[in-house]
Amino acid sequence: MWLIMTALAAVITTAIWYIRSPGDKYKLGLLSLIFWGATLMWFVDHVMAYLMEGGEFFEINLDATLLGISVIILALLVWEIVLLVSDPKGVLKRIKR
Amino acid sequence: MACFLVPAGEAVVTTVVQKVVENRAKKAGGERAKKTGLSWSRRLGWLNKLLWGGTILLALEHIWHGEVVPWPPFLTAMNNPAEVAPMLNEMATIGVAMAIFVTIIWAIIVLIVELRAKAMPQAKASPAGGGG
Repeated sequence: MWLIMTALAAVITTAIWYIRSPGDKYKLGLLSLIFWGATLMWFVDHVMAYLMEGGEFFEINLDATLLGISVIILALLVWEIVLLVSDPKGVLKRIKR
Repeated sequence: MACFLVPAGEAVVTTVVQKVVENRAKKAGGERAKKTGLSWSRRLGWLNKLLWGGTILLALEHIWHGEVVPWPPFLTAMNNPAEVAPMLNEMATIGVAMAIFVTIIWAIIVLIVELRAKAMPQAKASPAGGGG
């Protein structure tokens, strides 16, 4: 389930990044690459586990859904920290003054 | 168990390589970047973001499943000698496959961007954001 949710987040973020390009003031490119990196890795993990062990390809239950939500929250948190540190709008600089 | 440590290791190496390339490009005056509008430092930056992003999110998944703990030896498989060999096997198979797959996808992206940049007239060759 977390693979589907991360892939969905990656597709949506990439679409928003593309619509807003060529500018990338809010580092949406970074967010989409974070989601794509995890999506690609989990895809390999799921395929190899399916080939080696069999069973269901997607784990669909409450625990897997909560993990998917947590993963998206963590990615957004990392992105927001990078955004606040780089402060492209200069909001934090203005507060300091 | 600990498959994400392989892409994490690659991320460390590519981050160091990116810094070295960045410093060399600064010294050389960015001649290559002027030709295509895209520096190697920036291309490696995409790979770093893919690898670090994936590593961070996979680390959370491993914590969630109790495979990684915040106290030594950090990997729960290390507590049981019988689980060490399967853990290393998983790193050698799934971990390496993850790192190779992400790198291949990155290489395809770089190739497409490079070909498009070359096809464009020189004045227009300034690719969009792409994660900085």
